Amino acid sequence: MGATLYDKLWQAHCVREDADGTTLLYIDRHLVHEVTSPQAFEGLRLARRQPWRTDSVLAVPDHNVPTTPRGHGVSDIADPVSRLQVETLDRNCSDFGIREFTMNDPRQGIVHVIGPEQGATLPGMTVVCGDSHTSTHGAFGALAFGIGTSEVEHVLATQCLIQKKSKNMQVRVEGRLGPGVTAKDVVLAIIGEIGTAGGTGYAIEFAGSAIAALSMEGRMTVCNMAIEAGARAGMVAVDQTTIDYIAGRPFAPQGEQWSRAVAAWRDLVSDADAHFDRVVTLQAAAIAPQVTWGTSPEMVMAVDARVPDPEQVADPVKRDGMRKALAYMALQPGTAVSDIALDKVFIGSCTNSRIEDLRAAAAVAAGRRVADNVKLALVVPGSGLVKQQAEAEGLHEIFIAAGFQWREPGCSMCLAMNADRLEAGERCASTSNRNFEGRQGAGGRTHLVSPAMAAAAAVCGHFVDVRELGPQTGAH
Amino acid sequence: MEKFTRLDALVVPLDRANVDTDAIIPKQYLKSVQRSGFGPNLFDDWRYLTPGEPGQDHSQRPLNPDFVLNQPRYAGARILLARENFGCGSSREHAVWALEDAGFRVVVAPSFADIFFNNCFKNGVLPVVVEGAVLDRLFAAVAGCEGYRLQVDLQAQQLVTPQGEVIGFEVDEFRKYCLLNGLDDIGLTLQQAEAIREYERKRRQEAPWLFA
Repeated sequence: MGATLYDKLWQAHCVREDADGTTLLYIDRHLVHEVTSPQAFEGLRLARRQPWRTDSVLAVPDHNVPTTPRGHGVSDIADPVSRLQVETLDRNCSDFGIREFTMNDPRQGIVHVIGPEQGATLPGMTVVCGDSHTSTHGAFGALAFGIGTSEVEHVLATQCLIQKKSKNMQVRVEGRLGPGVTAKDVVLAIIGEIGTAGGTGYAIEFAGSAIAALSMEGRMTVCNMAIEAGARAGMVAVDQTTIDYIAGRPFAPQGEQWSRAVAAWRDLVSDADAHFDRVVTLQAAAIAPQVTWGTSPEMVMAVDARVPDPEQVADPVKRDGMRKALAYMALQPGTAVSDIALDKVFIGSCTNSRIEDLRAAAAVAAGRRVADNVKLALVVPGSGLVKQQAEAEGLHEIFIAAGFQWREPGCSMCLAMNADRLEAGERCASTSNRNFEGRQGAGGRTHLVSPAMAAAAAVCGHFVDVRELGPQTGAH
Repeated sequence: MEKFTRLDALVVPLDRANVDTDAIIPKQYLKSVQRSGFGPNLFDDWRYLTPGEPGQDHSQRPLNPDFVLNQPRYAGARILLARENFGCGSSREHAVWALEDAGFRVVVAPSFADIFFNNCFKNGVLPVVVEGAVLDRLFAAVAGCEGYRLQVDLQAQQLVTPQGEVIGFEVDEFRKYCLLNGLDDIGLTLQQAEAIREYERKRRQEAPWLFA
């Protein structure tokens, strides 16, 4: 019987395996940010240990950084506690000889944007980071997953993790996506289908013609949210799209090494006779733009649907969860999506802050104006290089003319560790990945959508089906 | 890491599914560069009536009397009874640090999110998986009996109810060994240093671009 992509990646990184399946797994790339690393570095110091392989580590501050002007460097971080955390990362990287893109480096950005952008994420790698959205990097045919701080310390000290293999799941999306339907809608529809714990215990390979047709940016968006379906790892097989994306990036192999690498990467696909423990298939044509209505990513509906009624649900735990979610979200069952008005709009995060995302949002924003009831519409590019590219294309001018704020790169309002946040009761259309209670600020209400849907909500002041937005009038 | 062998403690029921790590410890507290001190902010948004910030004197904040952890009958509980997919979301180990700092050593649920589950074992906290029907009975028993306690025996892999009912649970052998002995698994892995170097030598031949 053949091997899945996940089987191949696992096998290639197995240093040793015990009889019960406990495996010492080798890690090729370790990405580090300021929030989940300080205690790991402190642990190394206390045990008088050194990093095993500093060349495998790339560090960047992203969660705490301000997105407002920060030309003076770390001193521009107003919150002293946030500032100390960024300074601590700088000091740890300097002390241990680890490569870091510091806050004002043009290459700085969200850790899951810069890894691929630099070619630091390559097919066939194991990639870890103290961040659950590390699954993003699986888009490159890599085995990538989030770890806790103790495991960050473990990888720093040993270059390995003690793991057990997950089961294999394949999620196939077949056919062509309709106009206005994006990778974000695909992954939200998948989570709606299998549930927020549907992938627990599995590594998910996303496959099928609709996945193969996605750009690398789109594949990253899909893999990014594998964790929201409970799977630690999501991945997509290597094809020409993958290889074309990597070619010429700073950390990518060059010359003769490049040819050898590409030849090896071509094998990073599941064999035709590989066995999956579970297969789920969705039809691309049936996927509409998606909007979450609750406080878990599985609480999602098509834009043309209505907010569901908990009283129609038989399972008491699920019913109670829906009631709590609707109360928190201040929504009534039966409400049309287009009747939900917004206070703020956030376009950014490791899910949707790459150039393609900004282009999609700008295409909707062009010639329109942010609605009066929307107090703040933020566009936060995923990295300094994404920002440069967007500015070279004039996207920032479109956003600014439409009344959006054009910011510096970082995690920003996805989790509101910096100053960008929702106030209690505010409702936000967000391109991020989690609609948990308080995620974007205590008492804030988050609806997850695609960049195009977020931009459409910003200019209309309420959700609208981006497919029905019609031609731009220039005078909304 | 503190050893875990057995525990006889009060149980508190948190009757909701998909409790995420943002709820267990909200983001503003992740700015700490320390490993301790997160206990007062466990379930912060549910526990207090006012928003909190790091550095505040949390003992001065008004408590939400409706939140189960604030009810006097559950004061001092060290076993948390929870629902499906406990600990989903962010990888933040601070969630386990907060539970541990607040005195919890055991979480009993029908399922856990993977990263949270792993993080527990690194911090001397035992996540126990029990099936839904058993859990429903435990929730009912806790609600119906003030002072309800469970005995947890890791060596025997058993929960024992006050009535003497024995509920077995599974635990991975390696993790059990580490937990019973309070072992730091970095030290154990470093005993394999030669195997790791041998792997690197071989891998460097096959895929030199991974070592650039």
